[in-house]
Amino acid sequence: MAELQQFTVNFGPQHPAAHGVLRLVLELEGEVIQKADPHIGLLHRGTEKLAETKPYNQSIGYMDRLDYVSMMCNEHGYVLAIEKLLGIRPPVRAQYIRVMFDEITRILNHLLWLGCHGLDIGAMTMFLYCFREREDLMDCYEAVSGTRMHATYYRPGGVYRDLPDSMPKYQESRWRSEREIRRLNETREGSVLDFIEAFTNGFPARIDEYETLLTDNRIWKQRTVNIGVVSPERAMQLGFTGPMLRGSGIAWDLRKKQPYEVYADLDFDIPIGVNGDCYDRYLVRMEELRQSNHIIQQCVRWLRAHPGPVMIDDHKVAPPSREAMKGDMESLIHHFKLFTEGYTVPPGEVYAAVEHPKGEFGVYLVADGSNKPYRLKVRAPGFAHLAAMDEMVRGHMLADVVAVIGTQDVVFGEIDR
Amino acid sequence: MTTRHEALALRIAARFGDCALPVPGTGGEVTFEVAREHFVDVCRVLRDDPDFSFETLIDLCGVDYLTYGRAEWDTSDATHSGFSRAADRPVIVPDDDAVWDPRRFAVVYHLLSIRHNCRLRLRVFTGPENPPVVASVIDIWRSADWFEREAFDLFGILFDGHPDLRRILTDYGFVGHPFRKDFPTSGNVEVRYDPDKGRVVYQPVTIEPRVLVPRIVREDNRYDPGLKGPQRNG
Repeated sequence: MAELQQFTVNFGPQHPAAHGVLRLVLELEGEVIQKADPHIGLLHRGTEKLAETKPYNQSIGYMDRLDYVSMMCNEHGYVLAIEKLLGIRPPVRAQYIRVMFDEITRILNHLLWLGCHGLDIGAMTMFLYCFREREDLMDCYEAVSGTRMHATYYRPGGVYRDLPDSMPKYQESRWRSEREIRRLNETREGSVLDFIEAFTNGFPARIDEYETLLTDNRIWKQRTVNIGVVSPERAMQLGFTGPMLRGSGIAWDLRKKQPYEVYADLDFDIPIGVNGDCYDRYLVRMEELRQSNHIIQQCVRWLRAHPGPVMIDDHKVAPPSREAMKGDMESLIHHFKLFTEGYTVPPGEVYAAVEHPKGEFGVYLVADGSNKPYRLKVRAPGFAHLAAMDEMVRGHMLADVVAVIGTQDVVFGEIDR
Repeated sequence: MTTRHEALALRIAARFGDCALPVPGTGGEVTFEVAREHFVDVCRVLRDDPDFSFETLIDLCGVDYLTYGRAEWDTSDATHSGFSRAADRPVIVPDDDAVWDPRRFAVVYHLLSIRHNCRLRLRVFTGPENPPVVASVIDIWRSADWFEREAFDLFGILFDGHPDLRRILTDYGFVGHPFRKDFPTSGNVEVRYDPDKGRVVYQPVTIEPRVLVPRIVREDNRYDPGLKGPQRNG
């Protein structure tokens, strides 16, 4: 047998399993990892510094671009921080809409994670299945905000607009026959709520479909069981949150423990793992898909029964309607002031956190009484998770690095900010 | 939830006395300002004492208070010719002085106790030295590793005792600390491809910094706690 050698391997930043722009410098002995040193910052855009140069509302769009697979949850953290500083609460209907879209976003995020994680370690079909469902949820984004990803839908004081009564439909083209169009548009004839309800009715069967492919799959288990084990104590030390913490067996979920919006009124469970390995984290996320689906169904039911305003009636923060603006002098002044100067926020500092699909997404905001944030710090869950990469992969084989990157669910938009 | 946080604030005040001073906060959050000399000891007690048991360091970040409360456009006093017409350019202060305002740089820590389900914010000012230094908490919370590297990278705050204090977010070979208030948003250098040299070269930035919407501080009586009515709700 040949003598074992020490290698240093450069993994990424252009590696397809690096989920974006991760550069990992790996020190190997044979195929065993001795040390992993992630180099990040290749996607650093200075979001926090840019936010300091803009009125509060103009930075909501930047939040979408942080974790670009769970856009609305990022907005939610930022908007909550501003609302906490201003001391306002959005109308209940807006809170339900936010919760519903947070859970849609959680499904979007977990589907992308599942597809890519599967693809990385050899389950090719998952990717195609997951993106099929993601397409429907992206259409929900499009229906309410006009864009499929970077929605800018949440605003301090509510959401940008109420749920529309119609869904965008597929058009006939030379790539799609009339019969196919009819099938695709079948659930799109009614309102957005009808479409979401139809989706949630069919989605549990889809999750079962994913699970038949993976949960008892021998290859999947060989690649994930006992890989990247984190004990509960280490998970807390390392600042883990979200599924990474729950996979280690700690029942910690901000939606339950420190409820925001209307989560306290909703019925859902928190899945936790036992062993803290990649397989347990997979199971936790799969169960979260089912729970999110259940939450969305409750929100749809509530929203059907309770029409009402979706934006706070305070024109110092939220713009007046276009109609009022055209006919009323005071509304015009409010409109003008809000869209040129923005609103001022009382001095102080707040930290607002939401249970983001990846963990705790926190926004620390320091305000000095002006119309722009004085300092904005985004606490990205992936940042703490990736920092633990070295500890998680040490002693594993090179191929397991890919499994650990997958299980951490890293997205560089939020890590590099 | 608020009462639990009040109880926590009382416990901390009783346990640490003068080492940790409470800071009035918004929305039931507990903030303490800790003296730099005692900081590591306070942190260790906060983690290990079952009364507090803050097992997790959720976040750590630097703050530069250089231009706090300074507006770019004066709207409170009218001069004899009316309000000022243009925004002031952001003040660029060279930071090569040997000492500066001891309350310029702060490091802010957000702790979470999973056992007691409560949060705590600690703030430490770095004092008048240049470069600013605080003690590292990496031995207490492992998650401080990258957060401290980030604060060093973006603010130039040194963490005494950190084993591997390298830049993390900025480019290899970056000069300066971009999140300081005296660092221009557009940066100091830009890159372009030089066809003569056949490689990418750095040169001073050619774009001029400008203010799109000026920073305005308004004295807003709506936020005066004495005048504030019941919670407004739409």
